[in-house]
Amino acid sequence: MSETVSAAQLVARCRDGDQEAWAALVERFSRYVYAIATQGFRFREHDAEDIFQEVFAKVYERLDSLRSDEAIQPWIAQLTRRVCVDRLRAGSREETTDETELAADPDEDAIARIDEALDVHDAMAGLPENCREILDRFFARDETYRTIGEALELPAGTIASRISRCLVKLRDELEGRKPVPAQSGGQVSV
Amino acid sequence: MSAFNEDRLAELIGALPPAPEAWVQAAQELPVARSQFDGIVARAEADAEFRRALIADLEATLAQEGYEPQRPLLDALRRRFADS
Repeated sequence: MSETVSAAQLVARCRDGDQEAWAALVERFSRYVYAIATQGFRFREHDAEDIFQEVFAKVYERLDSLRSDEAIQPWIAQLTRRVCVDRLRAGSREETTDETELAADPDEDAIARIDEALDVHDAMAGLPENCREILDRFFARDETYRTIGEALELPAGTIASRISRCLVKLRDELEGRKPVPAQSGGQVSV
Repeated sequence: MSAFNEDRLAELIGALPPAPEAWVQAAQELPVARSQFDGIVARAEADAEFRRALIADLEATLAQEGYEPQRPLLDALRRRFADS
């Protein structure tokens, strides 16, 4: 499914039982949920996996309760935060009876960066496929020039310049967009 | 949105590494798992022996019955039969 389909359109299709749309919606937000759990709340992989599955199970079950399809991102963010906090509290209950130690302590700076990063990744969807892939492989997947060169059949010596050109295209793409209103502070039914 | 330089863009792209592929795949298979879940629960309610077998060894019973014991299905069934 094309990455230019908006998240809101995917939500509408999911409500109609479109399994391909569901798979695309999971793909669209998988990094976001993973990052909130592991960077925002600093969960380790084992806990993060449980959180990840629980979040998407809740999204699937409660999609009909989402008031506005456009609000899917902040809704998923709030669901993820709630699942993370519940898990922190459950873990704390196992380890201590001191209620003062139960406060969840997400890294709000990290979560703000994750929100901004999602905007950047959305903007990447507007780039040519070769740019999307090389930027993602190098910066998000941390692949070496050699690995990228072998996978994309490119001379390693050209990769740095391609990355640089693609970053310029990405910046142009972002600067051509209208500012996105702040989303995380809004009231969203979870 | 603030102006982006190359370093900032690189940082933000890197802030969203991919989730493990198996996790994503399991979540994508939720609709199938839910459909299987409904069928298994209905059968467990009608067939006490099947229900006992599920509670005794969920994964083995599902495998024996031809279900692929994927994580979303197992999680949902464990929750469903947790109080049994």
